[in-house]
Amino acid sequence: MSRSVPLRSIAHARAGDKGNRSNVSVFAFSGHHYPMIKAQVTSDRLKQEFPHLLKGRIERFEVDHLHGLNFVMDEALEGGVNESLNLDSHGKSWSFLLLGLTIEIEKS
Amino acid sequence: MTKAKPFRLGTGAGFSADRLDPAVELVQHGELDAIVFECIGERTLAFGHRDRLANPKAGYNPLFERRLRAVLPLCIKNGTKLITNMGVANPNAAVGKAAEVARDLGLRGCKIGAVAGDDVTDLIGPDTEIDRDGMTVADVGRPMVGANAYLGADAILPALEKDLDVVITGRVADPSLFLAPICHAFDWQDDDWPKLGAGTLVGHLMECAAQVTGGYFADPGIKDVTNLAYVGFPIAEIDEDGSAVITKIERAGGLVNELTVKEQMLYEVHDPCAYVTPDVTADFSQTLIDEIAIDRVRVQAASGTKRPEKLKVTVAFDGGFLAEAGISYAGTGASGRAMLARDILQERMTRLHGCHAPLRFDLIGLNSLHGNAKDIPDDPVEDIRLRASLRASNQEQAQLLLWEVEALLCCGPAGGGGYRGQITPSVITYSAFLDRKQIKPSLEIIES
Repeated sequence: MSRSVPLRSIAHARAGDKGNRSNVSVFAFSGHHYPMIKAQVTSDRLKQEFPHLLKGRIERFEVDHLHGLNFVMDEALEGGVNESLNLDSHGKSWSFLLLGLTIEIEKS
Repeated sequence: MTKAKPFRLGTGAGFSADRLDPAVELVQHGELDAIVFECIGERTLAFGHRDRLANPKAGYNPLFERRLRAVLPLCIKNGTKLITNMGVANPNAAVGKAAEVARDLGLRGCKIGAVAGDDVTDLIGPDTEIDRDGMTVADVGRPMVGANAYLGADAILPALEKDLDVVITGRVADPSLFLAPICHAFDWQDDDWPKLGAGTLVGHLMECAAQVTGGYFADPGIKDVTNLAYVGFPIAEIDEDGSAVITKIERAGGLVNELTVKEQMLYEVHDPCAYVTPDVTADFSQTLIDEIAIDRVRVQAASGTKRPEKLKVTVAFDGGFLAEAGISYAGTGASGRAMLARDILQERMTRLHGCHAPLRFDLIGLNSLHGNAKDIPDDPVEDIRLRASLRASNQEQAQLLLWEVEALLCCGPAGGGGYRGQITPSVITYSAFLDRKQIKPSLEIIES
């Protein structure tokens, strides 16, 4: 048995920027959910879900013992903080873009 | 064997416009050995250059004097060293101002140092390569405003060895501002990579001030933060081996827990195994993070390997002007009217005025920050702000956008109100790299 939940209910996230590169870290609240998040929140899935925003390469780093994933997204900030015309030129709100994803979790 | 006393380091600011009251509270009650005010961003640095070109006595942080007046007497009274990059593009002028402020506050004999040498504008030429698609400075095709190398902890150490009360720098890598006093306190060698890596993690956790004590964190109902209105700034209690406890003073708002520390550990980090600073290639990947008490989190086992031979340089160029203007639509049919207004602006700016500069429209309330990542929802939103933005090469072009948005009040769709517009001078920055041997940090000392 599994059910769908918003990622926000089982994980927390923080977004940062360096130039035109955004990084969003995602940490599971509990170790129980971490393998499910790791299996479902992949670079490929992000590219599929947000093709208009994530135009460049996406690399995922894993910090398993802290139940964390770090997504590094190239060419994601419309030129970066000094060039972008987006109100949120840093991409500070991107943590909640990812936290809006849906995850299938196994009932425990 | 008695264990050496931990070194107590606080953060007084995590960005150029950070709050003042948590810094004052921390200097008052934190029993700190040193406090670091980190106040440079790429934009603020470029504007510092501009200010200095217009006035040789300007170019440092606009809040510098205010911050100093608020904390310097307390720092001197409590024996807390003050380290800051508020010198921005003109640390030598900032030192003069600091001495003036100290004298004015009746603080005689206060020793203040300026660490400079980060300004490498003279080393950057048209052929210098920048970190984008093999481009050179000449290819950018815009006037250069200035260039600054990221100095490391080694640039600050000579000032700490002179036992100064205040150290003012220009561009120094953010964690290095914190690493320098830690290295000095424990006499770490400049090639003890594991310890420098551990100290860099402490600096990295501290450099954004409230971001490790509950700021940039709260999500009501999921991640609640106590008394966020009065969020405190952090304290690190560092041991000789580089491990540390991150905490805050009890009376301050906010919280320090495993979650806040984890989020901040990866903030603006790419590969957690290789966080490169001028001092070390730090490795955060094996870090252990443990809540040992309320608002006390122990971090240990960060490490590091050799530092890079080249230093990162931020090269800033004149970016023209950013024009932003908005008008709001509310009530039934708001989205249709806002979209009509958007289409009118697009037509008039590009066809009638022949404007080819980058132009963007957002429907705030429907679809702005995440752009077209998501479809516009079916249910009609009844409070929408149309925002138009333009990167203009000159002020006249910027003014044109504001005029067109304002004209929608009478000439546009029904019920448009709340026009506001602003024009901001803008800079564009790129990175370059220079051999560290080319960069020579300097130290100037003044006594009040």
